[in-house]
Order: sequence, then C-alpha cells, then structure tokens
Amino acid sequence: MNTMGWRRGATAMAWSALLLVSGCATLTPSGPPTPADPWEGFNRQVFAFNEVLDRAALKPAALAYQAVVPEWLRTGVSNVFGNLGDVWSSVNLLLQAKPRAALEMGIRVGTNTLFGVGGFFDAADELGLERHGYEDFGLTLGFWGVGSGPYLMLPFFGPSSVRDGSARLLDEGLSGPNLVLHRARERNVAAVLRVLDTRVHLLTAGQVLDGIALDKYTLLRDAYLARRRSQVYDGEPPEEAAPAASK
Amino acid sequence: MLRRLCLAAFTLALVALSPALRAEPVAADSFVRQLSGEMLDALKADKASQTGEVGRIRALVDAKVMPNVNFQRMTASAVGPQWRSANPDQQKRMLEVFKSLLVNTYAGALTQVKDQTINVKPLRGNADQTELVVRTEVRGKGDAIQLDYRLEKAGESWKIYDINVGGFWLVDAYKGQFAKDLANGGIDALINALAEKSKSMAASTKS
Repeated sequence: MNTMGWRRGATAMAWSALLLVSGCATLTPSGPPTPADPWEGFNRQVFAFNEVLDRAALKPAALAYQAVVPEWLRTGVSNVFGNLGDVWSSVNLLLQAKPRAALEMGIRVGTNTLFGVGGFFDAADELGLERHGYEDFGLTLGFWGVGSGPYLMLPFFGPSSVRDGSARLLDEGLSGPNLVLHRARERNVAAVLRVLDTRVHLLTAGQVLDGIALDKYTLLRDAYLARRRSQVYDGEPPEEAAPAASK
Repeated sequence: MLRRLCLAAFTLALVALSPALRAEPVAADSFVRQLSGEMLDALKADKASQTGEVGRIRALVDAKVMPNVNFQRMTASAVGPQWRSANPDQQKRMLEVFKSLLVNTYAGALTQVKDQTINVKPLRGNADQTELVVRTEVRGKGDAIQLDYRLEKAGESWKIYDINVGGFWLVDAYKGQFAKDLANGGIDALINALAEKSKSMAASTKS
C-alpha cells in the first residue's frame, strides 16, 4: 500500500472509530466535562496512541532530519510546500469572498513559482508579499458560519474537529504535493518529507507546550479550538465573555 | 561662548517647561514597541542566549518584563472564583509558584529568538481607553506569529495582563490547565502541582 493509500486508510479508520464511539457515548471522562469535547474519553485514547507514535518514530525522525539536512535545503523544502499550500489558500480566500486577499496570494504563488525556482526560494517575501497564514476548507466553512462541532483527535494528524476533520478530506486531495506529483513513488517521498518538515517546525512549540502543560491533552485541545476560532475571524474574534476583571 | 551658554540654558528651560515632554502619557503601542524592542536588543546582545542558556534569560525576563506585568491580575483570572476565597498565605504561595513557572516557560521560548523583528500594528479605539489590545506580529524565518497584548493603564504607562500567542490567550490556557486540580483538591492541590512542574522543568533545563 502506498503512503497516500495508507493515509486515506488512516482517515477512514478515524471515521469508523468515530462512528463507533458516537454510538456508545462516553468512555472514560476525566475532570470536569467540556461542552466542546463530548468525546473526551475516545479522544484521549487516540491522543495516547499519537504520543507513543510520536515518541517512538516521528520526533526522532524529525531530529535526525534536522541534524542531517542543511538548513538552506530544509528551508527550500519548506518553501516548496508553502508555495503549494498558498495555491489552496488562494482558492479558499476566493471561496470566502475575499478577492483582494486571494489575488495577493495568487500573485505570491506566481512570483515564487517563476522567480523562486518553483517555490524553493520565497522571493515574494523579499518583495513584501508576505504570507499571513494558510487558509483551508475548514476555515472557509467556518467563515460561512459552520460551527466547528465536537473536538476530534485524529490518529496520526492530531487535533481537529468534526468540521475541520471533514474539510480535511478535501484539503488532502486538493492541496500540497499531489497537485504536481502524479507518480505514487514521488508522492510517497513528498509525503514523508512533508511530515518531517511539519514535525521539525513543531519542535520548539512542543517545548513551550510542555512547559505550560499540567495536562497536555487539554492544553492542545484548548489551543487548537482557540486558534481555529481566531483564524476564522482573521485574528480578531469577537469576545466570548469579558475577561475576568478582578483585583 | 556666553551666547552658547545662554542658548543651552534657554533650551533646557524650554525642555523643562514644555508640557509635551513632561511625563507625557505613553501611548499603548509605543509602550509595546519599546518593551519588545528592548527585549530583542538585550537578547541579541547577550551571547549566552544564543547558546540557549536559560538562566541568563530568566534573569532578563525578571528584570525587564515582569515589572511591566500585572501578575496578580493574571493569576486571579486564571484561578477564577477560588482566588477570592483563598487566604493571603495561599495567594502568596500561588503567586510565587505561578510566577516561577511562567518566567521559566517564557524564558524557554525566548531561547529561540534569533533574527526576529516585531511589527506593532496600528492602535484602534479611543485614545482614552484604560484597557485595550495591542496587536503585533513576530517576523523571522518562516511564517509570522501573532502576538497580542492586553494592557491596562497604570499611571502614565501600561501594564500587561494577558498575552495572546497565535490566537490563544495565556490566561485562558492556564485556566484550562488549572481547572482539574482546582475542582479536585482546591487551590492547595494546584499549588502543589505547579511546584512539582517547576521542579521538573528546572531539572530538565539545567545544564
């Protein structure tokens, strides 16, 4: 089975597991229940699985990648993935009726593809055409008022929600290396590189999270939900409640 | 010579009398710009920070950042209703353990600072607000990171009472982390958990 097939399989597995769980309500709730996370018992089990996988394979591989591959090359690889991601961002901005931002993102892609050797160099950044973040289909749905639904911890992929997890099925097919690569072998190499690239970027964040966390699961969940909400509102979400003003 | 002296005296008098230069209230955005600028400069100047020595940075955070933070308010918000029912001794211990944890975490994050710049976004809202949000963006290699501050007026200057990293407010983050211990064992349980955490952090960063 190739990697894409494997990843599809993983996603399918997540969904069938999800159906199973929603059928049998809660497993092992711990701490005060959270309305945003009705499937906490199940999510915690998936999280535990992800943590083991990360400790045993992903993190060591990312550290090795970081140690062996020179920084300029890693940056180049990052830039290529970033450029491909920008294509999908641009489409989503258009779907969010933000033609100006979509156009800017489109120009960014064009600039980097032409002058940045297929995106290896972020030439647009030098010209002041910065990326202000990625847009995916989950954010587009959010923009049009679709709530995130229950929080969902996906195996392999990590924090998500019913909305973002479903949207991800579309994201996976229409963004990233699959846009330009067609042979299974190439796609596999790209998929592995992408995982390494993503994981290296998370090394620092992981350290900081470990510093804050009394319970890493809830921290990741709260961070994910807050971040996605903030992204839906382009960084300026309306206040949910006034911050506790106390002395 | 005399003329020059007169001129100097005149300038001095002008400066002293000028209302614009006398204890002028600092605008919130310049407060943030100045504070983050000073921090970045100090970090870049401090070679030790480039090799990731957390102890030095911790001292820097203590000296430069903490005086500008309303830490009591942060702690009170993060703990929630149980803060007010805690006795003064519990409050004092809570402030101590939380502060050391926060400084550790922040210092750990700062070891990663290399060639970043901070872009402070234009202020919005009324100039006479006593509480407001200043939005900034940290730019370095890779994508910009959103870094916002909640500020409250403190005399002629400002104090930070919450920080937002990438869409996530720090007080909210800690509120979520504190909830379980507070629900199960009250503030004493929380203090113990935080003290444990600090100890294990200090053990892992000491080199």
